[in-house]
Amino acid sequence: MEALILQFLQPLLGSWLDPVWPLLWSLLRIVAILVPLIVGIAYLPYFERKVIAYMHVRIGPNRVGPFGLFQPIADGLKLLFKEVLVPTKASKLLFLVGPIVALAPALVAWAVVPFAEGWVLADIDAGILFLLAVTSIGVYGIIISGWASNSKYPFLGAMRASAQMISYEIAMGMALLCVLMVSNSLNLSDIVRAQDHGRFADLGLGLLSWNWLPLLPMFLVYLISGVAETNRAPFDVVEGESEIVAGHMIEYSGMAFALFFLAEYGNMILVSFLTATFFLGGWLSPVGFLPDGHWWLAAKVSFLLFCFLWFRATFPRYRYDQIMRLGWKVFVPICFVWILVIGVWMMSPLNIWK
Amino acid sequence: MEFKTFVFYVLAAIMLFGALRVISARNPVHAALFLVLTFFSAAGLWLLLQAEFLAIVLIMVYVGAVMVLFLFVVMMLDIDIARLRHRFWSYLPLGAMIGLLMVAEMALVLGGKYFGAAALPGQDMPAGYSNTKELGRLLFTEYVYPFELASVVLLVGIVAAIMLTLRQRKDSKYQKVSEQLAVKRHERVRLVKMAAEKDAPATGESAAEQGGQ
Repeated sequence: MEALILQFLQPLLGSWLDPVWPLLWSLLRIVAILVPLIVGIAYLPYFERKVIAYMHVRIGPNRVGPFGLFQPIADGLKLLFKEVLVPTKASKLLFLVGPIVALAPALVAWAVVPFAEGWVLADIDAGILFLLAVTSIGVYGIIISGWASNSKYPFLGAMRASAQMISYEIAMGMALLCVLMVSNSLNLSDIVRAQDHGRFADLGLGLLSWNWLPLLPMFLVYLISGVAETNRAPFDVVEGESEIVAGHMIEYSGMAFALFFLAEYGNMILVSFLTATFFLGGWLSPVGFLPDGHWWLAAKVSFLLFCFLWFRATFPRYRYDQIMRLGWKVFVPICFVWILVIGVWMMSPLNIWK
Repeated sequence: MEFKTFVFYVLAAIMLFGALRVISARNPVHAALFLVLTFFSAAGLWLLLQAEFLAIVLIMVYVGAVMVLFLFVVMMLDIDIARLRHRFWSYLPLGAMIGLLMVAEMALVLGGKYFGAAALPGQDMPAGYSNTKELGRLLFTEYVYPFELASVVLLVGIVAAIMLTLRQRKDSKYQKVSEQLAVKRHERVRLVKMAAEKDAPATGESAAEQGGQ
């Protein structure tokens, strides 16, 4: 791919291409990741509304364009043209920095996500660590915006959100600990490759050699924690409409509000990609006779995203103390036990990850 | 100038600016956020030194967890900066002395003959060298007992902190989730056998007719 583009650009730009090419090539790849991502973020709310509408036996958005397909564009334009209001006594700079800090980590994390064999922006060894570090910064956007709004409800929402995110980060991190134990690597591509061999993979049933089966409790913990981490229903006490209206976003309008929205949906897509990578074999094909490829990853991610929407339409909202109990008293102990089980399993003759 | 050197100076400048603002910012929340910026730049500097594990852990632990809790506390407390600065000048000599002492110690360690940065071995790591792996190997083989001891000390710290602040209130009610989950049907629901239909008493008939009209 790189050689192909170089071949095309070389005669056009001549000799001064060589020094800037690494930068240009990186930028091109970043754009190639971000553009589909932004389109995905724009259309995920549309599908959310449609899916939930059909589950409620309604029609959903159907006015703008065929099947309401231009609805996200209309919404985006509307938000763009709205005024960004800053409350009088707000801390102005922090108020505007908040949404940016919320969105930026959600985009940075994509640097280490592999889409197919070799299709990754930065193939770094400490991939999981990088992810954990970057995603833990996102919470600042919420805290800063909640505090800078200088109002009670955003502050309460920010407190809830950050306490919840920190709690579930622990469960997620410990679930990942099991994954990196069995795959013996922190690199995301290696984790996917590690799921490609095993007894079932040799039989042509790759589906059963992925991490979700031996790490089933961790898969569930990671999936549910992912829903809680992104503050989605049924864990959406952060913006519980009936209690604190919209949480930390209450004072925001226009594009500043839209950034929070983008961050939330970006995080949903990211968590789905990560779940697919860690537990569902990334780009690997479920059966031996079909080739591997990025389309498998897309299918898995679509399914997981559908689950997010499904959960929202199905479950009633958790109470806040129940959320905390689930995170600390249920998930963390389960993780401890399963880390021990995996450790013993790997040391025993029954080890399946050699 | 090499590009790496340029990055070093940029990060160092941001870090110094952040550190200065931590102690000079009027608003404690701003000060805490500048501390986050300082940690961030320090992590960048460590990355330049090829200590990627330490850099990422610095962000994960300090930026991602410790400073968030710190911000919580600072945001919720009503800190009066004027009162904090009240006797600034009278404390300044003591503070300055401690600061100078620290500078002297650092200078001894970094510039000294035996511990100097120049005496350290060069860092020519082979390709594929994983900082994380090496650190883990050392921690869990050679230094496993100190490591476990440190974790026990931390655990004691956690338990002590909780025990010190734990205050049982008599008027607060808690859910006992295990009891709720262990509940059986016969404890909550009582089924009463009743006849589905009952013959109305003979005298009630005229009354029912009247009601019907």
